[in-house]
Amino acid sequence: MASKVELPVTDIGPTSGWVALRFGELWEYRELLYFLVWRDLKIRYRQTVLGASWAILQPLITMAVFTLFFGILVRLPSDGVPYPLFAYSGLVPWTFFAQGVTLSSNSLVANQALIRKVYFPRLVIPVASVASIVIDFAIAFVVLLGMIAFYGQPFSPAVIWLPFFFLLAVVAAVGVGIWLSALNVLYRDIQHIVPFLVQTWLFATPIVYPSSLIPETWRPLYGINPMAGVVDGFRWALLGSGAQPGAMLATSVVSASLLLVSGLFVFRRMERSFSDVV
Amino acid sequence: MPAETAITVDGISKRFSIGRVRNEHPTLREAIAAGAARLASGLLSGGRGDRALETRENTIWALDDVSFRVGAGEVVGLIGANGSGKSTLLKVLARITEPTAGHARVRGRLGSLLEVGTGFHLELTGRENIYLNGAILGMRRREIQARFDEIVAFSEIERFIDTPVKFYSSGMYLRLAFAVAAHLEPEILLVDEVLAVGDASFQQKCLTKMDEVARQGRTVLFVSHNLIALENLCERVLWMRDGRLAADGPAKRVIGDYLRTLSTAVTERLWSDHATAPGNEYVRMHAVRVRPSQLALRDIDVKTPFVLEFEYWQGQPGARLVPSIHVFNDQGIVVFNVGPIEPTTWNTREAGQALIRDVCHVPGDLLNDGVYRVSFCLCRGHELVYCQDDALIFDVRDTTEGRDAWYGKWVGAIRPALEWQTELVETPLAAPGARADGS
Repeated sequence: MASKVELPVTDIGPTSGWVALRFGELWEYRELLYFLVWRDLKIRYRQTVLGASWAILQPLITMAVFTLFFGILVRLPSDGVPYPLFAYSGLVPWTFFAQGVTLSSNSLVANQALIRKVYFPRLVIPVASVASIVIDFAIAFVVLLGMIAFYGQPFSPAVIWLPFFFLLAVVAAVGVGIWLSALNVLYRDIQHIVPFLVQTWLFATPIVYPSSLIPETWRPLYGINPMAGVVDGFRWALLGSGAQPGAMLATSVVSASLLLVSGLFVFRRMERSFSDVV
Repeated sequence: MPAETAITVDGISKRFSIGRVRNEHPTLREAIAAGAARLASGLLSGGRGDRALETRENTIWALDDVSFRVGAGEVVGLIGANGSGKSTLLKVLARITEPTAGHARVRGRLGSLLEVGTGFHLELTGRENIYLNGAILGMRRREIQARFDEIVAFSEIERFIDTPVKFYSSGMYLRLAFAVAAHLEPEILLVDEVLAVGDASFQQKCLTKMDEVARQGRTVLFVSHNLIALENLCERVLWMRDGRLAADGPAKRVIGDYLRTLSTAVTERLWSDHATAPGNEYVRMHAVRVRPSQLALRDIDVKTPFVLEFEYWQGQPGARLVPSIHVFNDQGIVVFNVGPIEPTTWNTREAGQALIRDVCHVPGDLLNDGVYRVSFCLCRGHELVYCQDDALIFDVRDTTEGRDAWYGKWVGAIRPALEWQTELVETPLAAPGARADGS
């Protein structure tokens, strides 16, 4: 009886070079993605005293430090927005990106037990790492809304663009994350590079200073850092500060997309050796 | 062979580079250096440098041109020494690792169980781990929900289901992990030596479950070192040796062939040259031999009657030598020490130099399974004339007979089949008072 049912057929053989991305299979494994995100969330704040409030404390403390040094002592401009709000509104998307990249770059190595013993599309792992940070982002974002209310900052209609900028942040984080996670399997140097990379990247992004400090002609080039477009966009959409996004954002969108697409292909190409070398 | 084929394997090979094994994680600097070297040699030799570099590298073939087919519903065992490629083969079929060459086709949903508790997280509770592990093994959330109570009952840890597994004993941890795995229901199941964990009673529980799985008409390919279990569960066994398929056939025959290659047994020795044969001025050994009493049989198992034969030259007239043998088990314990029941009449005569043969008949259902060593001694009166230790070494195999789905090690220095009677003495109805003292 059972033999009458059409059974799925799997072909196994060597592959070489660039291979198809197979999004359909990724979709099939969405429940695993869900459980991995759920696991990461459960574990991240278990046995911590402060629990999920760390998601708020990290950007808040950084904001306080930045306000003290860059806002009060160095007196960096902030496009007419109170400096703490200026810093925090940049730190919310930035913390998401920085943590997403940090977590996902180490994710394949951290999950090597799974990679060696079970089959599933390996992309699920770094993607789950970034996805688990979305919750932290949401918590920090609620605090941002509170701060906007506290400072009496009016909302502009541009706020409807916010999801787009968040999506751009996700694309950037996943793109960089999968590049680094795949390379880290082969070259463990990556795990030493990542903290340094993230720190440097922070200063290459308009968080402590406004992008208006960058000469107009250089701004499209500055946008190669996709997070420049994201952070500027966040401030524009939420606070109405800065200029309407233009060439710089366009560059950011292109560079984030390139990072993601190239990352996906590189990942799929390297994936076949993961279980042998991790 | 059944009409439907579940697994087809055609010339699968898998190469590992030993260089990479030794230096598992190359640093970026090394990669850049190697890349530059490859580029340079490539430029010099017109693009063929890459291949030259590759062939110089040391490689091993974990799988070397392996081909076989498994019909739907077949239960096939996979045996072989460590490093023979069994696990690599399962990993290729489970798509965890990619073959270097060849092709395989799998028809049906495939579940692999290469380790018990893959993805278990110590910080999570038993309940949480059931869901996580189930998802990792490829179960849908609904399936896990539907079988949740069954899984918990099988694991026998109901009370601790909401405790983080880091507080579990190792036994509880394993029970829970196996319980999840045992409730996987794909059409094809790959199982790698997961039965060798836990205590004896837990192993038995796992094997009983595997027995059940095997009878459900699912296709199972499994690796185990418990050969008696394999012989029971599988009609067919594949034997891997050095990455190649050494044999593929009926379980009993293939396992027998495999055991023979592992055996350290010395079942026959012949010294044709009198001068160099072991012995002394009174005795020269000629031949020793152990074999099943029935000439058609090759191996001795716990039920097989067998004979121990010793041939020696008696060097001195009138020596009146009395033979005796000691049979030691693998713990060095003398299982028995025997000699002729009555002195043979011709031995009392003053024979001259002569070749003498002593044969000891050992019945079946006496020795337990294991490796046995035999010493052969000759005495004159109470004086030891000559003794040869380890004259013979032989294996007594276990048997699947009379085990009734129990595959543990049968304990005891000996394993006799004794007469046993069970009778019904009385029933509770016949004795009305029996119910009252039940509470």
